[in-house]
Amino acid sequence: MDRQLLIVSTLCYFAGVVHTLLAIRDRISRPRRFNFFAIGLGFLFQTAFLSVRGHALGRCPLTNLFEVFIFLAWSVALIYLLVGPAYRLSLMGAFTAPLVFGLQTFALIAPIDVPHQARLPANPWLEFHASMSMVAYGAFALACVAGVMYLVQERQLKTHQLHSVFSRLPPLSNLFAAITRLLWLGFALYTAGLIGGFFTGGPLPRVKMICAFGVWLFYGAILQGRHLHRLAPKRVALLCVLGFGAAVSVLWAINFVSQGPPV
Amino acid sequence: MMNLFCVGISHHTAKVETRERYALPRSEEVLRAESGCDEALILATCNRVEVYGSAAATVATDRITDCLVRGGAKTPEDAGVFYRYEGGECVRHLFRVVSGLDSMVIGETDILGQVKKSYANARESGSVGPHLHRLFQRAFRVAKQVRTRTEITRGAVSVGSVAVDLAVKIFGDLRDRRVLILGAGETSERTARALNSRGVTDIRVSNRSFERAESLAAVVRGRAISFHEWSRQCAEVDILISSTAAEEPLLTPNVLSPMMRERPDRPLFIIDIAVPRDVAPEVNEIDGVFLYDIDSLQAIAEESLALRRQQIAAAEVIIAAHVSDFRVRLGYARESPASPASVNPRGLDGGAFRASQL
Repeated sequence: MDRQLLIVSTLCYFAGVVHTLLAIRDRISRPRRFNFFAIGLGFLFQTAFLSVRGHALGRCPLTNLFEVFIFLAWSVALIYLLVGPAYRLSLMGAFTAPLVFGLQTFALIAPIDVPHQARLPANPWLEFHASMSMVAYGAFALACVAGVMYLVQERQLKTHQLHSVFSRLPPLSNLFAAITRLLWLGFALYTAGLIGGFFTGGPLPRVKMICAFGVWLFYGAILQGRHLHRLAPKRVALLCVLGFGAAVSVLWAINFVSQGPPV
Repeated sequence: MMNLFCVGISHHTAKVETRERYALPRSEEVLRAESGCDEALILATCNRVEVYGSAAATVATDRITDCLVRGGAKTPEDAGVFYRYEGGECVRHLFRVVSGLDSMVIGETDILGQVKKSYANARESGSVGPHLHRLFQRAFRVAKQVRTRTEITRGAVSVGSVAVDLAVKIFGDLRDRRVLILGAGETSERTARALNSRGVTDIRVSNRSFERAESLAAVVRGRAISFHEWSRQCAEVDILISSTAAEEPLLTPNVLSPMMRERPDRPLFIIDIAVPRDVAPEVNEIDGVFLYDIDSLQAIAEESLALRRQQIAAAEVIIAAHVSDFRVRLGYARESPASPASVNPRGLDGGAFRASQL
């Protein structure tokens, strides 16, 4: 039942991807509203999935890598729905839908939905730590999306190739401002999540701590470089893309080295 | 049944010397009284003078053109430059005009505002009755649909507007941006004016002749600076418009790289409209620098125009659907419907587009 909800959600995101591809083919740029509703509908089904799974588990559904990926995809959609309209960044939905679709499709296809052997007791601090970290990842993911948009736009302006559907991308300065705000949002949430991790009561797993602090330091360093005007916007955008790729890889790696739940 | 018709002269059919004799038409009230139209609207822009009318009986074209001409300056040759559209063709013509398909610059949007203004004036004078009201309201709907459903208005089509569009793509809001004009040429002035119109207030002008710099600064509401100061000013500005007569490039990577290292998070947009170029092309490789020379600006403008031309067919389909519907509503359905291609079979060649030229 819960996987069916997820399949419907994935189809919503797929509709957003197809719509964007058609817009690119027809060189018509009006995917924003459609993508917003496609992502909104997909988000509702994702939420229903997480709710059903959470009730079945009796805790926040972050007990295996499958749930982590779905929670991450949900966080990306959540942040997009919250900040997308506020930042008024055209085409952000067109870039977000493929990311969420990719994350969910991978989670559905890969054999990673393995129930955790021991039924884990509910631990509010652990769930706070895990969910805050995941929502922070959602903000980092959207910073990555904005980073990709920045790099595409910058490339177009550098090479004087301005006549694709992506010519409707927002100005570089607006994209950079969005990246910065998303990084701050993600960093604040991630910091709160990390602090929450110290109150879980159990022993602190060393590998997880090193990875978590590695991610925290990485994003902290980007923000510091930005604050001191030492990092060029293009570098910040590039680091957001690379950083998010690395952060997701860390999530994956933790699953292999950790005996407990992945987050 | 009321006859809708349009009699006009435009850049397709007449040169400016001819058009200017009709550039200050009389009011709609006078036109109605002298020509016998029940309803009338005059659309007068720099590229066209057209009368849209509605009458129970046919109104001769001469009666309309006699009303339009200024002070009896009509010549026998003028008769050949007027066109006339009746019924469905009139509807189609207006829809094409208001959508920017009949404009000199395809897809330009000023025409919609001009038509709206003419409509408002005619309505105020009581010259617009139910027929023209329905026709023009539908025309505004068509124009909106064409704008939103096609890319006919996309892209800038002049060097100045391309430069402004690019500046917006880089900086977003231009109000707080600083501009340095190096060399006070005509294109620099046009570009600076275009930036000025988008809210740029901090414009500095540097020229070998300080007097010329001062006069351009006055025109663009900027300030003149001494020519030997330009390199120092360059480090402060966001947009540099260069058009000096220098034989060798003034800006090279060696000059600009140290400057950009001091401002890694502030991009620099360089518009080099000088020939020979003032800025070495390698400068574009520097992070944060966006260099456009006159050829690249013109290429973008031409590409925009080509893209707009590609969108004509899509716009014609929208217009044809509305014309067809409007003809049925107004009882012109018995006329043979014209296909979009037959309206303007030679695409942009306006000379061929005279459905019933007199």
